[in-house]
Amino acid sequence: MSQLKLKCQEANHICDKSQYKEASFWEKFRLTIHLLYCRACQKYTASNKKLTEAIHDPKFVSIAEKDKQALKKQLQEELSK
Amino acid sequence: MLAGWVKFIIFDKTATALSMANNVIDPNLWVDKYSDYLYNYTIVRVNDSEIAKDLISETFLAGLKSKDNFKGEASERTWLISILKRKIIDHYRKINSNKGKAEVRITHDDSETEGDWLEQRVASKSDKNAQDQIENTELGMAIFDCLGNLPQKQAEIFRKKTIENHDTEAICNAYDITPSNLWVIIHRARKSMAECLESNWF
Repeated sequence: MSQLKLKCQEANHICDKSQYKEASFWEKFRLTIHLLYCRACQKYTASNKKLTEAIHDPKFVSIAEKDKQALKKQLQEELSK
Repeated sequence: MLAGWVKFIIFDKTATALSMANNVIDPNLWVDKYSDYLYNYTIVRVNDSEIAKDLISETFLAGLKSKDNFKGEASERTWLISILKRKIIDHYRKINSNKGKAEVRITHDDSETEGDWLEQRVASKSDKNAQDQIENTELGMAIFDCLGNLPQKQAEIFRKKTIENHDTEAICNAYDITPSNLWVIIHRARKSMAECLESNWF
C-alpha cells in the first residue's frame, strides 16, 4: 500500500511528465489513484492539461528555428553596416 | 519638512526618468523576444507564412532604421507592433494597387465542381469563420505574452521542451543541469503559464 501512495509533490511531478508522455504506466496508475482523493492535485492536473491542449492547438504557431536564425543574421548584417 | 518634500519630488522625477530610460531598445534580442509574438499577430492578418515572415523582417529592419526616433514612452514590443501594422497595411495597398485583381472571377472549368449549383460551392457553416481565426490567433499571442513574463531561463527551457519538443537529455546538456533540476524548472514554468493563461485567455 505504501508503494501506491504518493505525496502531492510527486504527483505533480508525474503529472508534468505525463504532459510530455514521459510517465510510465505504473506512475500514471499511481497518479490516478492519488487524484481520486486529492483536490489540489485534481486542480493542478486540470489546468496543466488545459495548458498542453492550448499549446497543441494547431492555430498556435511559432517560427521555426531555421527561419529565426536567418532573421537574426539579416538583422546582424544590418547592424554591422 | 519642506526640504523633505523637495527631495521627494526630485527623487520622483529621477525615478520616472530612469523608468523611461528602461524602455531602451536592443535589436540583438528582437528575434528571440518578439518574433513569435509578431508572427502570431501577422499570420491571421495576411494568412500566409512566407509573407508574414517577410513582413516581420521588414519590420525589424525598419525598426533598426528608426530606432533613434524611439522615445521610450511605449514598450519595445508595442512600438514594433505599431511598425508592423503599417507594414501590413502597406502590403495590402501593394497587392490592391493593381485594380484588375479586385474583380471577382468565377471560373467554370474546374472539373471537380463542374455542374454544381453555385449554392453548393458556398462554404458550410461548420467551417471555421473569421471570428474563430482571430480568437485562435489571440491564443498564440496570449501564450507568447505569458512566456515573456517568465524569468528568461525558465522561458527558454519551457520553450525548448514544450514548443520545440527537444529531448530532456539534450536540454540538460545544453544548460548543464540535472533532469530533476529541469523538471523543477518546467513545473514552475507550467504553473505560472497556466495561471497567466487562466487570467488572460481561458
